[in-house]
Amino acid sequence: MSTVALTINGQEVTVPKGTRLLDAATGAGFFIPTFCHDENSPNYGGCRICVVEVKGARNLVASCCAEALDGMVVETESEAVVEARKTILELMLANHPVDCLTCDKAGDCRLQDYAFRYDVKAPTLGGERKDYEFDDSNPYINRDMNKCILCAKCVRTCQDVEERAVISLAYRGFNTKVAPALDGNLATSECVSCGRCVSVCPVGALTYKSLSGKTRSWEVAKEQVTCTWCDAGCQFDLLRKNGKAVGVVAKAPSEGRPLCLKGRLGLELRYNDEPMAPMIKKGDQYVEVSWAEALGLDEIIEKLK
Amino acid sequence: MGSLKEVRSSIEEAYKKKLDRPRIIVGLGTCGMAAGGTKVMAAIETEVEKLGLDVDLDFTSCIGMCYAEPVVEMGLPGAASVVYGGVYPEDVAQLIESHMVNKTPVTDKAEIQISAGGATYEGIPVMEKSPYYEKQVRSVTSRLGRTNPERIEDYIATGGYAGLEKALTMEPQEIINQVKISGLRGRGGGGFPTGTKWQFVADAVGDKKYIVCNADEGDPGAFMDRSVLEGDPHAIMEGMMIAGYAIGANEGVIYCRAEYPLAIKRLNMAIAVAEEMGILGDNIMGTDFNFKLRIKAGAGAFVCGEETALLNSIEGKRGMPRVRPPFPAHKGLWQKPTCLNNVETFANIPFIVRNGGDWYASMGTEKSKGSKVFCLTGKINNTGLAEVPMGITLREVVFNIAGGIADGKKFKAVQSGGPSGGCLPAEQLDLPIDYDSLISGGAMMGSGGLVVMDEGTCMVDVAKFFLNFTQLESCGKCTPCREGTKRLLEILERICDGLGVPEDIDTLERLAKTIKTSALCALGQTAPNPVLTTLRYFRNEYEAHINEKRCPAGVCPELLTYAIVEDKCVGCGVCIKACPVGAITGEKKAAHTIDASKCVKCGACVPKCKFDAIVQA
Repeated sequence: MSTVALTINGQEVTVPKGTRLLDAATGAGFFIPTFCHDENSPNYGGCRICVVEVKGARNLVASCCAEALDGMVVETESEAVVEARKTILELMLANHPVDCLTCDKAGDCRLQDYAFRYDVKAPTLGGERKDYEFDDSNPYINRDMNKCILCAKCVRTCQDVEERAVISLAYRGFNTKVAPALDGNLATSECVSCGRCVSVCPVGALTYKSLSGKTRSWEVAKEQVTCTWCDAGCQFDLLRKNGKAVGVVAKAPSEGRPLCLKGRLGLELRYNDEPMAPMIKKGDQYVEVSWAEALGLDEIIEKLK
Repeated sequence: MGSLKEVRSSIEEAYKKKLDRPRIIVGLGTCGMAAGGTKVMAAIETEVEKLGLDVDLDFTSCIGMCYAEPVVEMGLPGAASVVYGGVYPEDVAQLIESHMVNKTPVTDKAEIQISAGGATYEGIPVMEKSPYYEKQVRSVTSRLGRTNPERIEDYIATGGYAGLEKALTMEPQEIINQVKISGLRGRGGGGFPTGTKWQFVADAVGDKKYIVCNADEGDPGAFMDRSVLEGDPHAIMEGMMIAGYAIGANEGVIYCRAEYPLAIKRLNMAIAVAEEMGILGDNIMGTDFNFKLRIKAGAGAFVCGEETALLNSIEGKRGMPRVRPPFPAHKGLWQKPTCLNNVETFANIPFIVRNGGDWYASMGTEKSKGSKVFCLTGKINNTGLAEVPMGITLREVVFNIAGGIADGKKFKAVQSGGPSGGCLPAEQLDLPIDYDSLISGGAMMGSGGLVVMDEGTCMVDVAKFFLNFTQLESCGKCTPCREGTKRLLEILERICDGLGVPEDIDTLERLAKTIKTSALCALGQTAPNPVLTTLRYFRNEYEAHINEKRCPAGVCPELLTYAIVEDKCVGCGVCIKACPVGAITGEKKAAHTIDASKCVKCGACVPKCKFDAIVQA
């Protein structure tokens, strides 16, 4: 395999040809923040928080997309890079509720982590803020578009499943937002509540309704479990608080692992000490159903009788 | 079709005969139609029929003198034809009687005359010597206003498709070499060397390659691509076909904004007739070369003029830029090698192939060869389209071609390069217009819009205007552009409203720098330019708004107050009638007063006062 040699923060690094700068740098032990980067749908380059300085380049370079080339000289935390990252964080915070005290994502939020790292304490720019209605129409997923930083990971991960593509970016400029068809809510959309979008959201824009207000990220212990409802073998985290199982959340989907509601519900029933009653969409409405119906087990149970 | 030469001679003969007939031609580009050209055409038809005249009636595209629309050309055999400007239906009868019946041109309505070997008239400037055209060089625009764009015969008779015919006898690499020799740089604004781009695509590995024409001109104040599309559609197609042959592509797409319906109509007509004649399609002109062409109408997003967003749009995706590399030359439309150039670039190609790269390189400057079409708009006497040699100065364009500043006012700035270009002040008027000089001045070539501003323009307001545009048109993909332009705009709005604070200037500069260096595509990277150049050249205006709560140009309403000078006011009451909100009161023949709390600063009273008694402060 051919390799390339480059200098990152003064350190000689050799990586296979075709490696992205992000991977080359993180592989060498350097930190680079990312919001929109997703191994499963790479080369998006939207959030720009991962920019680095490449000697000779006209502008800062998004390390999640740029390929490491022979002889490159890269700085991952130069003055210009830090300044750009701080400004990008300020721009995001100028338009993001700073309700970390009560946010379900506190402790597990990249925006919070990076703001801490780059010492961005409060929104400084002022101006108009988004004021979208909170979408709690879906029984499983809460959508707070005021917290969305538009990294579009949810959009891409939803579109990666054939015939799904429930959400997309809509509108332009400051009004750009992630929206289901006709900018409706999740309940009226074709959403199947699989939770792929929730699993990739780096901030508190998409959260599990079942966990809302129940736990803080630092209070829970995670235990990885594998779903056996089909042969995809999707992985989930079982969350335990004070020894009690409180929820099952999807780990990021990867290629060949579709994630589905049925799988997650099955795991909830199996592991959760107090699972919420399942809801299934019938016609236009979500209605509470039995576990047997939610998991499609009616027929089998009947036969077992 | 066999050799084009076989049909060319008969077409040329017919065309010559047409020129030797009494004829009236109306300019029916979008500008001509907007000015009422269609009604003028109808009036001419009625008049000609009424008088029973033996006259050919025809229409053409915009000749470039948009300031003179509606434009009508009248010609008699053996004599120069005269182009009349500002012709309205009520003028038609007199013009026809004088020019076509009595053979006497109406000098005071005549703009120019075009001799083409015929006898000229006294008292009317010949096109090449007229103020508007003297400093111009017309190649890309040479057919504009001269031929009927809906007739392929007019195109062929004026040298059309001779470039393609010649190209098909050449080796593809030979064509690329000629484009390289010409020094042609991308006329979309970036200025990348066209020959080098073609070489990349030719060398790229791929079972299928595409030619894409970027006809998504979206800059406020720019209409050169529209004019060429409407006035010479075949030239763009010919350029694309030559490119296809040179780089090994057999399919092309013209991405044209849907706001250009006339351009799309004429392109569709041109494609249909070229296919019918065997100039487009399979076995073009009897050779093995096949090329098919289609139009994709864009839905009107400014970002779709960015090449990778444009490719996404053709593919049916949301028009958002892709990261580069890979460049479209390697992975473009449907991930295949793609040669993507803009309208003007392709329209230059037939001339370069016909006349050779050296001919083209003989025009312009060392690093910017050839000619460039500019759109002249703003506070000038002559708005319109002008094709000038690269290297001409801004002063020559503004004061010679555009006829200087309207209403005797003073020049203040010229904005070059669209919403993301820069505003250059009077000190930069002798800057030669070429890619590198404009960038060194803080502006850019862009697609070729030049917006001229006079002393009555507030530069903070101008920056606000352009930021409003880029903010609305940001695709929303990258944070610096989506969020940053919004905050820049808000700060500018605050300053214009008199709510600016001294720190605002630092914040503007800091934000602008981050957006410029970290945005994903050229839209974001250039969006802060209006802020940065106005801060560079007109910082004092920002400071006056912030520190003195004063708009030096008298534009920003929140910073204006209106008052009546007691000594000058005769108490006539005209201003009282003009005021829409009842803010002015006073007895007859006694000095009036303005109630500042009621005044909405519309300024309606000022022009009504014959005694200059109302002042802005």
